[in-house]
Amino acid sequence: MAAADVATLHNGSEGPRTRWKYLDRILDRPGPFTDPESFVPGNHETLEIAKVLVIGAGGLGCEVLKNLALSGFKDIHVIDMDTIDVSNLNRQFLFRAADVGKYKAEVAAAFVEKRVKGVKITPYCGKIQDKDEAYYKQFALIVCGLDSIEARRWINSMLVGMVDGNDPDSMKPLIDGGTEGFKGQAKVIFPTMTSCIECQLDMHAPRAAVPLCTLATIPRQPQHCIEWAHIIAWEEERKEMTLDTDDPEHITWLFQKALKRAKEFNIPGVTYSMTQGVVKNIIPAIASTNAIVAASCCNEAFKILTNANPFLGFPETDGYMMYTGDESVYTYTFEYKKKEDCPVCGEDALARPLQIDPEATLQEFVDSLAERPEAQLKTPSIRTTEKSLYIQSAADYERMTRPNLEKKMKDLTAEGEEMLISDKAFPMMFKFVVVWKK
Amino acid sequence: MADLPPPVQGPTAKEKKYDRQLRLWGATGQIALENSHILLINSGPGVVGLETLKNLVLPGAGNFTIQDSALVDEADLGVNFFLEEEHLGGFRAEHTCNLLKELNPDVQGHFISEPVESWLAQPDALEPYTLIIVTAPIRPGLLTKLAAHADQALVPLFYIHSVGFYSHFSIHLPPAFPIVDTHPSPETTTDLRLLKPWPELLAYAEEKTEGLESMAADDHGHIPYVAILLHYLEVWKKDNNGQVPQNYKDKTAFRDLVKAATRTDTPEGGEENFEEAVSAVLKSLNPPEPSSTVKEIFKSPECVIIRENSPPFWVIAHAIGLFYTKYGVLPVPGAVPDMKARSADYIQLQNVYKSKARKDLAEVLESVRFLERNANLSTHIEEKDVEAFCKNAAHIKLVRGRPFHIVPAEGDLKFGTNAKSLAQKLTFPDALVPIYIAFLAWDKYTATHTLDDLARASKTPGSSDADVDSDTGKVTSIALKLVDSLVKEASYTIDEEEYDTVRAQIAELARELVRAGGGELHNIAALTGGMVSQEVIKVITEQYVPVDNTCVFDGVRSKSSVFKV
Repeated sequence: MAAADVATLHNGSEGPRTRWKYLDRILDRPGPFTDPESFVPGNHETLEIAKVLVIGAGGLGCEVLKNLALSGFKDIHVIDMDTIDVSNLNRQFLFRAADVGKYKAEVAAAFVEKRVKGVKITPYCGKIQDKDEAYYKQFALIVCGLDSIEARRWINSMLVGMVDGNDPDSMKPLIDGGTEGFKGQAKVIFPTMTSCIECQLDMHAPRAAVPLCTLATIPRQPQHCIEWAHIIAWEEERKEMTLDTDDPEHITWLFQKALKRAKEFNIPGVTYSMTQGVVKNIIPAIASTNAIVAASCCNEAFKILTNANPFLGFPETDGYMMYTGDESVYTYTFEYKKKEDCPVCGEDALARPLQIDPEATLQEFVDSLAERPEAQLKTPSIRTTEKSLYIQSAADYERMTRPNLEKKMKDLTAEGEEMLISDKAFPMMFKFVVVWKK
Repeated sequence: MADLPPPVQGPTAKEKKYDRQLRLWGATGQIALENSHILLINSGPGVVGLETLKNLVLPGAGNFTIQDSALVDEADLGVNFFLEEEHLGGFRAEHTCNLLKELNPDVQGHFISEPVESWLAQPDALEPYTLIIVTAPIRPGLLTKLAAHADQALVPLFYIHSVGFYSHFSIHLPPAFPIVDTHPSPETTTDLRLLKPWPELLAYAEEKTEGLESMAADDHGHIPYVAILLHYLEVWKKDNNGQVPQNYKDKTAFRDLVKAATRTDTPEGGEENFEEAVSAVLKSLNPPEPSSTVKEIFKSPECVIIRENSPPFWVIAHAIGLFYTKYGVLPVPGAVPDMKARSADYIQLQNVYKSKARKDLAEVLESVRFLERNANLSTHIEEKDVEAFCKNAAHIKLVRGRPFHIVPAEGDLKFGTNAKSLAQKLTFPDALVPIYIAFLAWDKYTATHTLDDLARASKTPGSSDADVDSDTGKVTSIALKLVDSLVKEASYTIDEEEYDTVRAQIAELARELVRAGGGELHNIAALTGGMVSQEVIKVITEQYVPVDNTCVFDGVRSKSSVFKV
C-alpha cells in the first residue's frame, strides 16, 4: 500500500493535515509579532521541502531530531561518527541497552523515522570533514549539537567560506547548542552577517593545564596524580601501547598508578570515577539540559524557515541565549558582536595583536597556543613574513624547523612583525602581530 | 606490576549508565530520585507533561504515574513523541506510559485513565505520590484541591502552561524548604580565614616563612601563598597599630607590600606563588561574616525553637547558630584551593585546615547531640549530615514555599502578599509579568467556557478559526481587568503613559496566546519540560536551588524570567 493511501485511511474524513492541527494554527494565523512582509499564512510547503542538516546524534542530536520531526520538517540529514556507549543511555533517549556499539546516526534516524510517520532521515556515520561544499550547499540550515570546539570551528569556517555575495542561497544559518551540567547555550549564526563561532571563541576557553613540573615533581591534588599517570607514567612504561580511554583495563592501570603516587605524597581523594573523568575530560550531562538547549535551537530553526515569529540572530539583534539552572533559572539573551579582526569572518582578516614572552622558547610558545583562548590551536605551524619558524604539516619541514624549538622567541622574530599560524584542523590562516609581553 | 595494589572493582553497571549525572548530584541525590513517585495529571495536548517525565525517567526516577482520561487522536501524533499510529482511539495515559517506560527498565510506570474529577474524589487518591505535576487546562476547583493536599501533606506541586510560543510554571513548595547542598560556584567557596587565623595556622605560616629574606631561591618560590599573606599581615599589623587592612585603600597598599617582596632575579623574572598571593589579597582579606541569608535562617522560628519533631536541618542550623553566637564565625569548611607549593607543605597546610574543620565539627556535633537529648528528638541525626552542613554552612538556602495563584471560575483573584512587587514589575521589559497575566486570563477563559453543555471538557481560546478575533477580545479584556485589579490591590501608582504601554502589550500577548488555540508547539513543550524537570530534580534531591516560585518563558524573544507570586 502506498504511503498516501495509509494517510487517507487513518485521516478518514478529517483531511490530510489533521495530524498537524496545532502546528497549522501557527502556520495559518498571523500573530501580533509576525512580519507581514515575510510571513505567508497557510504556507506548509516550506517546512516540507526544506532539507536540514543535524550535526551530532548524541545528547543534543537525539532531541533535535525528535523536535524537528515534530515541527513539520520532512527531509532531515544527520551526521555522527560515534557509536553508542552505555553511559549515553541516561539521556540519549533514542538508544536502548541493546543498541550499545551501533552507530548513533543510524539508530537515531531509524527510530525517529519509525515513530514519526512521513519524515525522512538520512544518516551519515562519519566525520563532518568527509563532506565538501557541494554537500553542505544542499541544506536550508544546519543545527549543531557537538561536544568538540574543533568540529564547531571547522563547520563554521566551511559555512563562512561558502558565502557568495551574489548568491543569497549560499548563506546557511548555523544554529549551535552546547550544555554542561545544569547550564547551556543556544545561538544562531548567519555566516558573515552576525558574529561567528570564531568571533565567540573566548566563550569556549579551555581549562588551564597543570604545568608539567607540578605533575612531575610536586603533585598536590588527586588530579595531579592522575595526570601524571596519564601523561608521564604511560609514556614511560607502556609506550608500545596506544592509550584507549574506553578500555577499562587501561583506566584501571592509570587509576592504580595514580593511587600509588598519591599514597607516596599523602594526597587523598583519587578514585576510579575521578580517573575516568580526568583522562576522558568528562563533562556532566543530563537529559533536562539537553532538552532545553536542543528545543531552543529547534524553535529558532522553525522560526527562521517559517517566519512564524521573529528569530534570534537577525543582524543587530539578540543572537545568543545562555541558560543557567544551578541557582533558580537565569537566562541571558544578547547580541554577541561580530569581531572586525575575526580570522574567519572579518572583513579583510586583519592581523590581531598576540602577546609573546620574548624570553620564552619557541617550544613553550607552541605549547601555549593550545591554551590561549584566542587561538586554541593544538598542532600549529608558524611562519613570519621572513621565514618558517616551525612547520608540522609535513614531516620534512618538521625535521628542518625542529631545531628552532629550543631558540628564544626574541631571536626568531621581532616586535611588530606579522606572524601567520595555520593548523591542519582548520582550513584557514590566523594572522597575528607580535607584541612583546612586558 | 608486582608493586601495584590488587585489581580494583570497576564501576557497577548502574554507575556506568548514570555516570554523567552522578557527577552532578552524587549517590545521595540518585537515591532520592529512585525513592520518588511522581504523579502527572495530564490534559490539553499533553506534551509538556510527558516531555518533563521523559527527562525524569531517563535519569532513573523510581516511579511515575500518568493520570489522563483523553483518548489518542490524530492531532496527538503530530505533536507527541510518545504515541504511535496503532494507539489511535486508545487511552493516552496507557500508551504514553508504556512508551516512556521503554526509556529505562529501572523505572516503574503506572497510569490512570479515569476522569480526574471522579478519581480525585476518592479518599487517599494522592497518597502514594511524593511530587505532583499538573498541566493546564485544569478546573480551578481541582487545582484548589491539589493545592490543599500540597499544603497539608507537604508534597511539592508544579503547575505548567505551554501554549504556542509561551510557557509558564509555578511551584508550590512546603513552607520551609531548606537546602544544604546548594552547589555554589567554586569561585565563591574559598574561605581561608586569613583575618581570623587560629594558633596552628599562624604557627604554620611562621614555620614556612622563617628566614624569608635569606631563603634559597627555590624555597622562596615554593612558599604557599597562604603563608606569605599571613606573614605580611603580621608585618602590616606592626606598622598599623595591630590592625589588619581595613578598607580598599589599605588592601591595595597591602597588596603593593606583598608585590614588592617578590624576587625578580629569577629566570622567570618573578615568582608564581607571590603572584598568587597578590591576586588573592582583595578577595581573601575579608572578615568571614556569614551572608544575611544565612543569618536570617538562624533567626527563623523553626531554628530558634527545637521541638521533638524538628527536622534535622533545623537542629543542625540551631547548633551552628550557637557556634556563630559564640565565635562570630561559621565552622571552618576545611577546603584549601590548589596553590604553588611543594607537595609536603601543601598537604601539611591542608591538614591544618582539616583539623580545624574537624574540631569545629566536633563542637557542633556536641551541640546537636545535646539538642537531641534535650528536645527528646525522635530521629537520630547522622554525623555525615552535620559534617556536610558545616562544610557548606556559608551557602545554605531556605526557600519559603507558598501557594501560587488559582484563578477562580467565579469572582476575582486576590494577588496576595506579592501584589506590590508584581505590579512594579509590570513595566520592566524583561520581567515578563505581562505574559504571566495573560496566562491567568487564559485560565479564566477556559474555566468559564466549555465545548458544549454535555461534554464538560473546557474550551481553550482560539480553538476554532471563526472565534479567533472574539476570543482575543475576551482574553484581552479579562487580562486587562486582572492588571487593573493587581494595580489596585497593590495600591501602586503607575504612570498613565506606561499603563497604556502595558495595556497594548497585554493585548498583543493575548492575541499570540489565542493564535495557538490551546495547542502546544513541540519545541516549546520540550524546552519547558526540560526546565520543569531540572526543577523537579532539584526539589527531589534537595540539591541546587529551585525556582521561587514562578517562571515564564517567551519563545518569541527566547527569554525567561523568575518572580514570586
